Amino acid sequence: MKRVAPESPQMRSLLRDWPNRGSLESKRALTAYTFLAIPMLFFLGIRIAPTIYAFAMSFFKKNGSGFTLYNYQKMFASPDFWHALTNTLLYVIITVPSQLAIGIVLALMIGRIERFKGLYRTIYFLPYITSAVAISWVWRLMYDPNNGFINAFLELFHIPAQQWLKSPSEALVAVSIVIIWQSSGYAALISMAGLESIPKSYYEAARIDGASPWQLFWRITWPLLNPTLVFLAVTGVIGALQTFTQIANLTGGSGGQAGGPLNSTLSIVVYVYNQGFNNFNLQFASAVTVVLFILILIVTILQMKLINRTYDY
Amino acid sequence: MLGKVRVTAAASVLALSVLAGCSSKPAEGGPGSGSSPNSSSSSNSEPVTITYWQYSFPAKVTLIQKLIEEFQKQNPNIKVVAQDFPYDQYNQKVTAATNAKNGPDVLNLYYGWLPQYVQDGILQPLPESFMSKADIEKYYIPMVKESQIDGKYYAVPTAVRSLALFYNKDMFKKAGLDPNSPPKTWDELISYAQKMTVYNNGKLEQEGFAPDVSGQGYHVFEEVLLRQWGVTPFSDDHKKVLWNSSPQGLAAFQYYMDWFTKDKIGDPNFNTDYETAFKSGKAGMIIDGSFAIQSLKKDTAAEWGVTTLPTKDPGGLKSNFGSYWVHGIAKGVSGKKLEAAQKFLKFLISEETQKTWLKEVGELPAAASLSDDASIKADPIYGPFVSGLKDAHATYFVNEKDERQAIIDKTNEIILNKAPVDKTFNDLVKKQQEIRDEYFSQHSN
Repeated sequence: MKRVAPESPQMRSLLRDWPNRGSLESKRALTAYTFLAIPMLFFLGIRIAPTIYAFAMSFFKKNGSGFTLYNYQKMFASPDFWHALTNTLLYVIITVPSQLAIGIVLALMIGRIERFKGLYRTIYFLPYITSAVAISWVWRLMYDPNNGFINAFLELFHIPAQQWLKSPSEALVAVSIVIIWQSSGYAALISMAGLESIPKSYYEAARIDGASPWQLFWRITWPLLNPTLVFLAVTGVIGALQTFTQIANLTGGSGGQAGGPLNSTLSIVVYVYNQGFNNFNLQFASAVTVVLFILILIVTILQMKLINRTYDY
Repeated sequence: MLGKVRVTAAASVLALSVLAGCSSKPAEGGPGSGSSPNSSSSSNSEPVTITYWQYSFPAKVTLIQKLIEEFQKQNPNIKVVAQDFPYDQYNQKVTAATNAKNGPDVLNLYYGWLPQYVQDGILQPLPESFMSKADIEKYYIPMVKESQIDGKYYAVPTAVRSLALFYNKDMFKKAGLDPNSPPKTWDELISYAQKMTVYNNGKLEQEGFAPDVSGQGYHVFEEVLLRQWGVTPFSDDHKKVLWNSSPQGLAAFQYYMDWFTKDKIGDPNFNTDYETAFKSGKAGMIIDGSFAIQSLKKDTAAEWGVTTLPTKDPGGLKSNFGSYWVHGIAKGVSGKKLEAAQKFLKFLISEETQKTWLKEVGELPAAASLSDDASIKADPIYGPFVSGLKDAHATYFVNEKDERQAIIDKTNEIILNKAPVDKTFNDLVKKQQEIRDEYFSQHSN
């Protein structure tokens, strides 16, 4: 835009004409634009600009100058990165199907009962709205190999004490259990809403035709619940790809970095955090973020395809 | 077309006013604003505000408040604002704030972080007018020499710390041990510890000695065990890792690893950490620094004592790990703020402050003149630390975090994954060497 000095003839005419020119519509539009400008600035400043900046930063070396693919080369050569990627996929594979399955079962069970329905719904949903940090620390205490609740409980059944979060082979499962426990309630709640939107008359008609409960589930509930399940699966996958809080709080602190022992619970986001904020290599951390961005982009494109699909019943 | 321009103009005017609103708040003595052009030309009576950052160590936070009050009385023109942050976030806060030109003027850091802080451009070298290199080396005990970077001092300590063995006298009695004769050799320590350790159904209920890597444990290995086994851990120029330069190095490492895998004396994660375990009377012995004294005094119900670190053989070579926290001045602080920062720093390292520091924090005076103070040496609790200081070595870290993480990871491979000790040890030495090589490829010393 051409710069205009305040006293220039153009500017003066612009200011003089200001109140008279333009219709009511354009005045309304002006108001709207003004209101939109603030959130837009905020959005540009807080989201878009840093994202672009991070992209750009991933092509520079720490304490170096000039465009380079060094960070990407280092990343793909780093066993820790592949470890983090594998673990993240494991989190997706373990947590998403489990929380869906548990969620549906809970929703069906709660749908069956008449009394205390609200109470059950609240109890199962509570973990989801409780702070993930608080939950992680309580589980961390319960997982303690020496004086934790879980090992004390196992002892009642003469099962030997397990190392849980301290063992490289058990830690990932232990973290996954916490995540599943926390998000199953959410899956249950959304499934219940999905179930309630299925017209009761379908079931009545099917029962009159002599359908078994098994057939009712697979022929009516399952297909009609499909959009809900797709939604849950997609949001679940994105959530699992971004797992951070539980891992950081269950395994971080007390000496080592989060993601231990021996990187067995390291996820991509935790890896980004460790690289960026413990080693202060923000350039390298940005490169890893770009990979995560691409991963999530792929999932989102699939989501578009799946959710916008029309269902034929 | 013109309408569009007008809208854009209106929007940008609005945007500008919003932005101006954000930044129009006067940076009242704000950190990093010391370089403003008129700060040096203004009159002397104008007050200067400087900020001091440290991590949230309760004893130090309380003491600094008291010291600041006193300092402000002596220097009515200077106002010091102290802030503290949790240990786990401290480095992040400092780095982030400094990059945002919003950091502290004077800050406290672990001497082992100096190379990183200097590399990241957080600190400025102490001005000659503050103290010359020779002055610093004359004022302090020799250990402080380890904190120069490329031949320059960027920060100086108030106090130094050494390690000692804390032992629970009540648990000694219960196990039939003499509470007045703590172990003198490592072999004794292990056999005493085994007598106090209680396992029930594979679960640890009480530990005799808390083996540790991530706390002070790895310093014990690097500066105490290795040296007592006859290995100098690093070359004189700090560039070479010599842990496996003789077979004795592996023997020392094997001995250290046996604490975790074979001796059955305790668990590094038992009761969260060794300090908590000791406080709750669940750990018979721990190795910790003098900085732990205040909090152990406050929270430990049992009667306890302190003794110097064990040796390999009776009467054998004594060794200890010395460390310290230093105060430095942030890069970019200049003019009147720099003057004020120097005054405050001088105050913090004065012999007077060092004495108060010992009483309130439990860290030992760093000045050479105070290292032979008889009243400190005779103290039953501080005494072992002061005598430990004589044999103390401060590791020259090039990247304390990475060096620590490397030994945590490698020892975990042995403890958790049962990796072979000899091969893992060589991998660990290789990894430590890589960390040094990377640093020294950019720095002379």
